[in-house]
Amino acid sequence: MAKQIPETASSVSPRQKAFLRAHHRHHHQVAFCRAFLLLLFLGLWETASRLSWIDSFFFSSPTGILRYLRDMLLDHSFFTHTGITLLETVVSFLLVTALSLLTATLLWYRKSLSEILEPYLVVLNALPKSALAPLLIVWLGTGTNTIIVAGISVALFGSIISLYTGFCQVDPEMCKLIYTLGGNRRDALTKVILPSSIPLILSNMKVNIGLSLVGVIIGEFLAARRGLGYLIIYGSQVFQLSMVITSIIILCAIAMVFYRLIQSAEHYYKKKY
Amino acid sequence: MQPILSLRDISFSYHNLKGETPALSHIDLQISEGSFVAVVGPSGCGKSTLLSIIAGLLAPESGEILYRGLSSKDYCADTAIKIGYMLQRDHLFEWRTVYQNMILGLELSHTLSKENTDYVEKLLNDYGLYAFKDKKPSELSGGMRQRAALIRTMAVHPDLLLLDEPFSALDFQTRLAVSADIASIIRKTEKTALLITHDLSEAVTLADRVVVLSGRPASVRCEMPISYELTREDPLKIRSTTAYQDYFNQLWEVLNDGKTNP
Repeated sequence: MAKQIPETASSVSPRQKAFLRAHHRHHHQVAFCRAFLLLLFLGLWETASRLSWIDSFFFSSPTGILRYLRDMLLDHSFFTHTGITLLETVVSFLLVTALSLLTATLLWYRKSLSEILEPYLVVLNALPKSALAPLLIVWLGTGTNTIIVAGISVALFGSIISLYTGFCQVDPEMCKLIYTLGGNRRDALTKVILPSSIPLILSNMKVNIGLSLVGVIIGEFLAARRGLGYLIIYGSQVFQLSMVITSIIILCAIAMVFYRLIQSAEHYYKKKY
Repeated sequence: MQPILSLRDISFSYHNLKGETPALSHIDLQISEGSFVAVVGPSGCGKSTLLSIIAGLLAPESGEILYRGLSSKDYCADTAIKIGYMLQRDHLFEWRTVYQNMILGLELSHTLSKENTDYVEKLLNDYGLYAFKDKKPSELSGGMRQRAALIRTMAVHPDLLLLDEPFSALDFQTRLAVSADIASIIRKTEKTALLITHDLSEAVTLADRVVVLSGRPASVRCEMPISYELTREDPLKIRSTTAYQDYFNQLWEVLNDGKTNP
């Protein structure tokens, strides 16, 4: 050990050391400021509601939210509401991903099909999906199905368009290579288009998970008896603002977890290739 | 002897709504088995179109292509000649290892037999890439990538090699070495090769015969057989001979004569 110390010391120059130290210090500063900002905000909020600067009936308070969260955990309503929202989001996300991959592949495979469908896709993508919700309720009733379809409808068309555009931007020379080696269009799809589009597919998934969540919450606003979206609407109607804010905070956490999951899939892919 | 490839009166135009762009007009060309032919011509004259037609990726609008005397009508698996096509850029797929890139052609033709994969391993060994077999293509140098692209082309045992400016993406020094390298591999294996290039000195150094095309629409302006007393191993030695100089000057004159706006 004693021998190693001077060795490592000599391999890292003083300037490099200074650089590393400055680098770490900067990172610590950023982390500290982030935490400080959050604590400051929570502290101000708590103080303001205790000293009645704001009406805690409308604005709730950090301790009020914690109390409400504890109650939710104790009567298990946390798990039913969060669980159902999670389930609906995951199902609609998976369906969006599968359906959009399938459709984009089909559109790439049959160029004339994409020409025929283009205006419809553009219109459906631009249409505000919440306008469809009342229709969905009439057709599918109120419940999980409607909410999953709402989640799909928000993300699907944009996802198809962005995947299809990405497929079309793959270097045509790469496909030519496949043809010169005796492959057909299907080979070009499986050997070039899909594998080269994996980064695009992953970043598309990041967008989809967010949009699915948006669609599910819209659906729950309108057609649910369970779920975080329902809690938000119900809480606002009965002036239980702790319920509303707690649900929003849980939603933030869900969104972050999903985002991190896909990000780690991206990291895994980057490491592998 | 029957030429491996003969083009008879081939014409081709590109069409779009603005009109018709003739690319090839009445091309006649014969390539005998085992020869190394270079095609030169002004840029944009339709050289790549010619290769695409020979490779069967495009159908000629008129004229006939015979492979060993057979037209594509009496084409069947036994008589069909295999064509290997080397593109301008190597297009090694980054999501595959070097070895997986090499067997792409075998995969596509469903001929992944032990015999064929052994041949790929032998080629990797011969061309000094065996140590990089499981690496990513991005870890290879420019010259190695071209050699890898050649192995990918050779893996399917092509009878005729089409080289579409395969060295144009390399820097000058690498280009000189790699082009000599690849030409000597092709000669050793006695493959027939058709090289497209805009580099006159490359054509004169590597080929047995140089075909000069005119500007768009391309037609054959002249053909020039090339031979040296030296072997072709060392491109620099060839480039310092007077014969090389003469060939180069002749080609230069032919090409410049044809220019409408010099």
